[in-house]
Amino acid sequence: MLRLAKKLGGEGAFYAAVITLVVFAAFPFYWMLITTFKADGDLYDLKSIPYWFNSAPTLEHIKYLFTDTLFVQWLMNSALVGLCVVAITLIVALPAGYSLARMPGRSAETLGIGIFLTYLVPPTLLFLPLSRVVTLLGLQDSLWSLIVIYPTFTIPFCTWLLMGFFKSVPREIEEAAIVDGCTVMGAFVKTVLPLSVPAILTVVIFAFTLTMQEFVYALTFISSSEDKPVTLGVATDLIRGDIFYWGELMGAALIASVPVAIAYNLFLDRFISGITGGAVK
Amino acid sequence: MTAITATPRPVPAWSRYFLDRSEIVGPLFIAPAILYVVLLVGLPFLLALYYSVSAYTIFNPSLAFVGLKNFRDIVASEIFRRTLINTLVFTISAQIIGLLLGKIGAMLLMQEFHGRGIARALVVLPWAVPVSLATVAWLWMFDSLYSVINWTLIALGLVDAANRPQWLGQEDLAMIAVVVVHAWRLFPFGVVIFLAGFTSVPKDVLDAATIDGAGFWRRNYQIILPIIAPIVLIALIFGTVFTFTDLSVVYLLTKGGPINSTQVLGTYAFQVGILSGDVAHGAAICLFLFPFLLIAVILLLRSLRRREI
Repeated sequence: MLRLAKKLGGEGAFYAAVITLVVFAAFPFYWMLITTFKADGDLYDLKSIPYWFNSAPTLEHIKYLFTDTLFVQWLMNSALVGLCVVAITLIVALPAGYSLARMPGRSAETLGIGIFLTYLVPPTLLFLPLSRVVTLLGLQDSLWSLIVIYPTFTIPFCTWLLMGFFKSVPREIEEAAIVDGCTVMGAFVKTVLPLSVPAILTVVIFAFTLTMQEFVYALTFISSSEDKPVTLGVATDLIRGDIFYWGELMGAALIASVPVAIAYNLFLDRFISGITGGAVK
Repeated sequence: MTAITATPRPVPAWSRYFLDRSEIVGPLFIAPAILYVVLLVGLPFLLALYYSVSAYTIFNPSLAFVGLKNFRDIVASEIFRRTLINTLVFTISAQIIGLLLGKIGAMLLMQEFHGRGIARALVVLPWAVPVSLATVAWLWMFDSLYSVINWTLIALGLVDAANRPQWLGQEDLAMIAVVVVHAWRLFPFGVVIFLAGFTSVPKDVLDAATIDGAGFWRRNYQIILPIIAPIVLIALIFGTVFTFTDLSVVYLLTKGGPINSTQVLGTYAFQVGILSGDVAHGAAICLFLFPFLLIAVILLLRSLRRREI
């Protein structure tokens, strides 16, 4: 009897700990969700319990967001930047990763680690000189500044990921293609790339989510409202002094977060094995 | 397996041909990546070095050389000294809380239970969602009047409604707020790293230790920790770099205020270099990140190298 109670107590404590952790992690998102659909009178009311609706839920905030703000424009800006950055990343990182995986000797190792280390160089160290570079190139206040600069952090990481993947592709496959008369380039395109679809997909997702996460460069380079990506526009342009826009703000944050969160969760394991250098099998 | 071993070795003639070709193709393939990194990471870094010893501002782009004057100005400033201390406090506390919660989270999520998949997905959210959007949610939760945190504290009778805490408006509380938000963002990263580490510990080693009489703590610190140490080190390096150089969380929550009580190197450099247009001093402030980053890079290199051998 005592043992059963102890076991139940232990189980209860375990679930209590799990629930506490989940609530700590996820409460802000629940709060976003409920704020989005609360009527203003309900939001700015100190008396009633705020965790649930005290008056009927409303779509007012969402409607306002889509019709009276630049939210849709920002979403499209982010999508455009994301697509271009993904394309540049693939064009540069695919051959680089392959080359590093097949290069003989220790120099490839050194070069690979060297490229990976640039991922550690933070935007905070580079945003000042890069803002001058962007001005010199005439790209200030334009989405092109982000399209040019974002690959500086997607390329190192994706090259590293792809290098790890290409190492696991047996050399014999390309060698066979070369024996059959392919050039090195042809063998890469015709035999290695088709085998790499899962890795390429991972790179696409990661390059895209990394650009969606970025804030510092966007904040530094872009000041006109209609050119902002969604992460910047929501955080800087929807907050207007004393006027309460929390419903719209939370709705915008929620809508922009959901796709990134889903993508991240699906590819989390690959990201981790990338960052730990494939140490974890 | 047999098929591969049965393949005849390639003839030396074409193998030389292949090597000849790949000597050209190899560098050609990697050149764009190196070019990109050199042009847009390497050169800007050199530019930052030069800015920091120049008199460059956006109003007077003269690039005149002034030696170490900017650094002397900065070190002499009261705000900068406060900023440096804030950065250390912010980094160390967020890192400790993040790692601790990460380890606890991983130990919980390692168990088999109903809804584990959902629990993991929810726990990972703070790290997965774009930082600026997640921070905006906290901004609302810390609202001066309608803060849900304050509502809860008042309802529980922990604070007085007339004397509600101003999370982002009081010097001590503002620091706590930015640390909590950053730890909240960071701990899922710790969870997944520790999870990856725990699953890499061979089960038979643990079983053998248990049979030999090793208890929970002993298994934890003398067997599991040494095995997962390299992975934890990498998590620690990345986490510390992300925290030390953070600009977004602090900028969005407090902009470094009130009265510079949450000013960190990132936000201070942004304020001086971009908002005030004093690029030279801003660049000098940023460079204080560099020695620290160098240490991180060396540590990471050593742990990566050790693994290769």
